[in-house]
Amino acid sequence: MQYDLISLQPVMPEIFMLGAACLVLVVDLFLSPRTRMWTYGLTLITLVASIAITAWAAGPERQVLFDGSYVRDPVSDVLKIALLTINVFVMVYARDYLVQRGIYRGEFYTLALFATLGMMIMASAGNFLTVYLGLELLALSMYALVAFDRDSVKGSEAAMKYFVLGALASGLLLYGMSMLYGATGTLNLSAMSEVIAAGEAEETVLVFGLVFVVIGIAFKFGAVPFHMWVPDVYDGAPTAVTLFLGSAPKIAAFALAIRLLADGAGGLSVHWSDMLIILAVASLAIGNVVAIAQTNIKRMLAYSTISHVGFIFLGFVAADSRGYGAALFYTVVYALTAAGGFGLLTVISRKGFDAETLDDLKGLNDRSPWLAGMMLLILFSMAGVPPTVGFFAKLFVLDAVVQVDLVWLAVVAVFFSIIGAYYYLRAIKMMYFDKPTDEYPIVASVDSRLAISINGVAVLLLGIFPAGLLQVCRSAFGG
Amino acid sequence: MSADWPILSATIWLPIIGGLLVLMSGDKAPGVTRWAALWIAILTFLVSIPLYTGFDNSTAQMQFVENVPWIPMFEINYHLGVDGISMPLILLTTFITVLVIIAGWEVIQYKPSQYMAAFLIMEGVMVGVFSALDAMLFYVFWEAMLIPMFVIIGIWGGPRRVYATIKFFLYTFLGSVFMLVALIYMYFKSGSMGILAFHELRLDLTEQILIFIAFLLAFAVKVPMWPVHTWLPDAHVEAPTGGSVILAAIMLKIGGYGFLRFSLPITPDASQTLDWLIIGMSLIAVVYIGFVALVQQDMKKLIAYSSIAHMGFVTLGFFIVFMIFARTDVDSGAILGVQGGMVQMVSHGFISAAMFLCVGVLYDRLHSREISDYGGVVNVMPWFAAFMVFFAMANAGLPGTSGFVGEFMVILASYRADFWFAVLAATTLIVGAAYTLWMVKRVVFGEVTSEGVASLQDINAREALVLTSLAIAVLALGLWPAPLIEVMDASIGNLVQHIGVSKL
Repeated sequence: MQYDLISLQPVMPEIFMLGAACLVLVVDLFLSPRTRMWTYGLTLITLVASIAITAWAAGPERQVLFDGSYVRDPVSDVLKIALLTINVFVMVYARDYLVQRGIYRGEFYTLALFATLGMMIMASAGNFLTVYLGLELLALSMYALVAFDRDSVKGSEAAMKYFVLGALASGLLLYGMSMLYGATGTLNLSAMSEVIAAGEAEETVLVFGLVFVVIGIAFKFGAVPFHMWVPDVYDGAPTAVTLFLGSAPKIAAFALAIRLLADGAGGLSVHWSDMLIILAVASLAIGNVVAIAQTNIKRMLAYSTISHVGFIFLGFVAADSRGYGAALFYTVVYALTAAGGFGLLTVISRKGFDAETLDDLKGLNDRSPWLAGMMLLILFSMAGVPPTVGFFAKLFVLDAVVQVDLVWLAVVAVFFSIIGAYYYLRAIKMMYFDKPTDEYPIVASVDSRLAISINGVAVLLLGIFPAGLLQVCRSAFGG
Repeated sequence: MSADWPILSATIWLPIIGGLLVLMSGDKAPGVTRWAALWIAILTFLVSIPLYTGFDNSTAQMQFVENVPWIPMFEINYHLGVDGISMPLILLTTFITVLVIIAGWEVIQYKPSQYMAAFLIMEGVMVGVFSALDAMLFYVFWEAMLIPMFVIIGIWGGPRRVYATIKFFLYTFLGSVFMLVALIYMYFKSGSMGILAFHELRLDLTEQILIFIAFLLAFAVKVPMWPVHTWLPDAHVEAPTGGSVILAAIMLKIGGYGFLRFSLPITPDASQTLDWLIIGMSLIAVVYIGFVALVQQDMKKLIAYSSIAHMGFVTLGFFIVFMIFARTDVDSGAILGVQGGMVQMVSHGFISAAMFLCVGVLYDRLHSREISDYGGVVNVMPWFAAFMVFFAMANAGLPGTSGFVGEFMVILASYRADFWFAVLAATTLIVGAAYTLWMVKRVVFGEVTSEGVASLQDINAREALVLTSLAIAVLALGLWPAPLIEVMDASIGNLVQHIGVSKL
């Protein structure tokens, strides 16, 4: 087989990422804690260069490599650029936190890069095996990252829960994939959709397999009733890892859902669409209601994540390019706001003190009006209040749902988002209306402050000019 | 007709960007911050004056129109324009904001830059609500209003401010999101997001009723109508003076504006079918809430309930239209009702602002709003007493003040619909006088009742400036309402004509 550079151009981002991750791993071996800046710097350069390479390799046409197991299309381009950008923010926020806790080790960056590689592979998957490969690469890296703080009992417990439940979910996903393979006779996603469209596959087996596939996807997203790991893992992991876990992997989960459900099982949308409605409504309900009871910010944001996942599923329910585009827009916007939200927690944390409870947010307007302002924008975006971009994310999803005549679903969704608004308001109330309980000044490095500023301002600017990002998301699906 | 230069955009964005700059400037030089905020507010007011002077009274078409694509893939445009209904409200907004900034000059000591910035940004957003001609643009501005108000009540408010502000936010948010679904549904049916396109959209009765209810939830909470009015007394009492003024003077009018711009023209048949509901709620607000106001001990709460009663007149005037159509085939009664509601909105804007500012003057001195803590204020503050009595008379609807004009027009229109409606509406003339004048009697007149009152200083030049401006406005509108009515005439005539035609 001939492998020359031109034919490998579509897969260059992954090749580069793999090489860079290995390089970072080896380089870090020769560094001491004082010189670990090199690892950090190399990671950032890797991520930025990957964005550049992805943009270079991008294009409007669909390219298939490696016998159909690798696909590069506009969807994968958008997903990869989005998750790489979010990861840049994550790496910047994480550094201070790691240094202050004495877990500033190179393995964090290596694992993060491998997880990113896994996410990129998921985004470009063309058959079941590639999907699973990317999924497991991401998952195994995440399990290790959650347990990264060896001295933390909570972290070890969270990692165990995540690992066991994650392994179970991956097993269920594989079982579903095997059923679909058995019914259609092919592992390749586009070939599978052709077989389904031609009506040659046994429908009962297909739907049976589909149920397990949806379960696997729902677990990765953290949708009800497969959500129990989310609050415990988000709470137990070090905040820097929660930050990583809560942002870019949602984009990867979206990739998983798009590849399996839209590309592969698009012809079965009448089945999985109904399943997703149930999951979506349950997630909206439980996520929003239980979040009200939380006093720990990380758990509160975890439950709010579950409710946002409900909204993303609503975009899928529409099962057309409008719906997918809306769901993609929502996912990217959500990843950005989640990165900002958890990022702020890392910024206001310091050595010996983790900003974890709502009380730690008290009086932030007195301690740092700018940071409080950025968090205000991020929280209002999560609540879906204009003029932040979170409102448009919800609007586009609601529009997609109304366009397929499911107006009742839109009404249910907005009803639960009102309930959701309460806990975001409560957090804002803590920041602005209460006096601070913590009198220490906020120590955060310049790059973290810069990152949170860009994050917060982006949320506002994208809210005032959402057309660009929406156009990108829509056109990725040919809309 | 289109503008030569974008006046509406300037009126919206000048205070917003000015507010952001004031916010960035921080609190190191509060004096500079306050003056900067004041100049920005005055500039905005001056920029908005051409909306009145350049207004063409003869047409109901939208004027000063600006239309630029914003989110093309959803047909959402940055579409602005005013007609005779929205233009007076925009001028009211820019005028009141100047007064609010002056009123908060000395009393706000904690982070004044954030306070001033919040009001300026809110001013721009409220002007945006009145001038938006695109449904999503309207909705973005409508919801965006909540953020600065939430912060204002929550930071600078009274002891129960957190309860009040969260209640305010969630109540209003609850109503608005159902309006969002209705707007998306109409976009789905019509393929366009323009409000004027929605006016022309044909809908069957079930759709109209559901959309009407969705809008009703949003606007009834905003107005506020009984029984979803309970957020208002809390919000008013706990808000700082400036917040109460903006809330009463402008925000309530946005609800009334919503009825005129959305509910009536888009769902005329549903409005007709359900007019009994709105008229009933309005009359209950006028009569029952009037009695509730009578028993209040807190001055601000009393004025809050009085606001609800006055806004009951507004909604009554708007929805009495259909009964008038049914009773007689002379539609001048219908126009009179809607005009009365509009005049009442503008007049109430001035009067309630003035009443809250008067209470604010007292509160700044004695830090109490309880009527029982006052008495005989006239002996130590004669100038203030003069203003307060004048505004109380206006609130009660004394002829010669603006309060009378709107109420009289609505009562006349109700008489055309049904004699008993007019009787119930006219009870406000009695009850309104009762609660307002009784409060004034207990607070202002009589002997000096306490040492606190004995030590009160009369109003200073700043407070006098604010109260005088409002007094002039109230008197001018009361003695010569013609300029306002002429401006509104064509648009209201067009509206009434439009809703007289069934969409089925």
